[in-house]
Parts: sequence; C-alpha cells; structure tokens
Amino acid sequence: MRRRLVVGGLVVLALILVTLSFREDDEGPVSGAQSAAAAALEPFQVAADRVAEPFRDAYAWAQGLTHARADANRLQRENETLRQQYARARLAEQENARLRSLLQFRSGPRFPEGFDGVAAEVIYRPPGAYAQAIVIAAGRDDGIRVDDPVVTARGLVGTVSRVDTKTARVTLLTDDQSAVSATVLGSEAAGIVRRGQGPRAPLTLVRVPKEAVVHVGDTVVTAGWRSRRFSSLYPPGILIGNVTSVGLADTDLFTQVQVEPFADLSSLEAVLVLVPSDRGTTP
Amino acid sequence: MSAALRIAPLIFVAAVFQVGAVAGSRVLGAEPDLLLVTVIVVALVAGSIPGAVAGFAGGLLVDVMTLDTLGTTSIVLTVAGYWAGRYGETTGRGRPYAAPLAAFAITLLATPAGVALHFLLGQPVSARAAFATLIPSAIVNALLAFGLHPLCRRLLTPRDRFGPHTREVGVV
Repeated sequence: MRRRLVVGGLVVLALILVTLSFREDDEGPVSGAQSAAAAALEPFQVAADRVAEPFRDAYAWAQGLTHARADANRLQRENETLRQQYARARLAEQENARLRSLLQFRSGPRFPEGFDGVAAEVIYRPPGAYAQAIVIAAGRDDGIRVDDPVVTARGLVGTVSRVDTKTARVTLLTDDQSAVSATVLGSEAAGIVRRGQGPRAPLTLVRVPKEAVVHVGDTVVTAGWRSRRFSSLYPPGILIGNVTSVGLADTDLFTQVQVEPFADLSSLEAVLVLVPSDRGTTP
Repeated sequence: MSAALRIAPLIFVAAVFQVGAVAGSRVLGAEPDLLLVTVIVVALVAGSIPGAVAGFAGGLLVDVMTLDTLGTTSIVLTVAGYWAGRYGETTGRGRPYAAPLAAFAITLLATPAGVALHFLLGQPVSARAAFATLIPSAIVNALLAFGLHPLCRRLLTPRDRFGPHTREVGVV
C-alpha cells in the first residue's frame, strides 16, 4: 500500500509539473526556475562532455575503420579526418578551431547581408531519436529570438524553436516539423526541403515541378522569398546540401529529390545564430 | 551512509552524462539510455520505492537540462523504476539475468511511452525514428545493464552487513 502511495504521489507530482510547465509561457515562474536550474547544471554538463569526448572520438575512429574497409576511397578520407582529430590532443585547440571557422564564415562573402552571427556552443544533444533538436549556450540576452535561422560554416542547421535567457533550443532540419523553401543552384527548380525517408538521404526536396532539370551533385540553397506581408525565415543563398538522387516516375506530379545536408547534424559542436542586424541585443 | 545518499550522486552523474555525453551518440545503430538503465539497476538493487524516486529525480534533471516540458521524462522513469523494483522484489529476485532482462523489456515500453507523452502534449516527435532504433537500443541497454548491475550492487550494498554478528560469534 505504501509503495503504491509513493509511486502514485510521484506520478501526480510529475503530472502537476507537466501541467504547470506546459500551460505557462517562457516568462513564467516554472520556466524561470527551469532556466536557472539549467544554467546551474551547465558546468556539470560541460565537464561530462569533456570527459566523454576522447571516448566518442575513439568510438568514431573505430567505427570509421569498419566502414572504411568496405570502401577504399572513404577509408582514405576518413583516415585523414580521424588522424586530424587524433592530432588535436587538447580540447582548447579544438574549441579554438571551431570558433575560428565560424568567424571566417561570418566575415566571408557567403555570410548573408543584414544579419549578425551569434556564435554558440552546443551544450545538449537530442535526448532520443524522436527529438531532432539541440540546445545551445546563447539565448534572449544575446539577441536570439524564436524562428532565427541557425547555421554552421558548412550550411544550414535549423531554426530556434524556444528561447530562454541564456540558452535556446534549435529544431534541426531533420525534424518532421522543419520545412525550408529552397532552390537548386544553376536550375529553375525550387521546392521545400523536409525530413527525408532514410538515413542515406536525411533530407528531401519536395514539390519540385516535373519539368525542372535537377542533377545529382547539384547544390541546394535557401530560396529566401519575400512577398508584401510575409517573408521566408531564412535569408537567400544559405547552403543546405548536395543532391544525391533524383526520382521521377511517369505517374508522379513532382520530382523527388534526395538531399544530403552539408552540415553534419549528428555531431554539431558550435553554431552561428543569424540575428537581424537591426534587432540589437536588448530583450 | 544511507541508501539515498548513495543513490543521489549515481543518478545525478547518470543524468548529466546521459544529456551531455551519451544522448545523440549511436552505438551499433542504437541510442543507449544510460539514465534509464541506471534507474532500472538502482531499482533492482534498492527496491521499488527508491527506484521510483530515483526515476522521478533523474527524469526531472533531464527535463531541466534539455529545457523540455517538466515532468515528461519523470513520469516515464518513475514508472520504469517502480516496475523494475517490483520485478526485483518478486520474480526477478536472485536471478542472474534480471538486470539485462528488465532493461530490455522496460526500454521496449519506455520509449513508446515517451513518444506518446510528447505526442499527447502536441510536441513534434518522430515515432518512425524512435521505433526504427527501438530493438537495437533495447539490446544495447540490456548489455549496459549487464555491466552496470554488479557495479551498482557494489556501490549501494553496505559492505559490513554481517560484521557485528560474526564478531559476536567469535567471542562466544
């Protein structure tokens, strides 16, 4: 009887927390307490991340070798990458290199006009395969708002879906809810990038007209459309990925285009949040 | 040292490592859940009530750190801890494969429960992605439990349990 009372009490308490957390907005007391607790726990998470990093690298190295046996060319490329990773013995050097690449992207010609880049470290990765989101160590205090685009030096990552004072949650491109209007460089083809069907093609460019000419290897970028009242969340010309296959059946209304993202969404370490230049950082 | 003082740091470390290091990493095509396995193992060693409390606290930590809706992970882990504890107190008592068996079965139930809870709250979840890795994740969690169970039993069981009795017999 006592056991059931305790468990029942804990479940009821959890349900109360769910209700309070779910019903109030980001400014509420529960959300505030959650943000404060998350900020307090951040150092522990960073420590855990650093402790686990050599093991992750070692596992990635071992996994890479296994895959490389099946493909000689990939073995060469992955071995180079792994050797580079192995050479970076100190974590400070790794962090330095990551931030430097973001800085180069921010000051380079590919960075979209009218935006400032807020660099942020990825502090939490998806808790499960069903949640395609990350949490970054920058938030409202840094000028970040919901729906701000998030990129790396390689390409688009996703959008901000929730913001707290010091942290923000980013929904990745591979989430079922993500949709990005995109166009294929050097072609008239345009469509919407959504989550793909399999692990080999994480993204799919849908709604591409049948008559549009798309080739394997073409580059997909954000379309960045603008009408009178509305505009796309994403500025035009941000790299999304490479076309890996093009499917067209006689009965289909649209061409199915599989896209491999440029940004490695499974191992993000640092990202840039694109914040409109005219917004400022005051909340 | 009381059981609560032994369990609390274990759950804290498991939750921090789960969110900060283990989550998102793939091992043999599966996503291991260190916190779930730790809660199950703690429940098997310490009983259903400590298991449920450990699940609640660990889930709450994960929800706080991932900025998720508070309580969602807590509900799943509370029930998981309770079930594992009851199994350990009844049919699983003394069985060598109780930990991997419980980890395998509870992973198969906890993952759909987590997906269903998020779905009920109207949050974006991909059941397809979760179910695609369900069986491999259950196997990896079972292997993890196989290794963690002796470690937890060593950490949570008082060493000098029968000390006073043996000394008394010696004097007699």
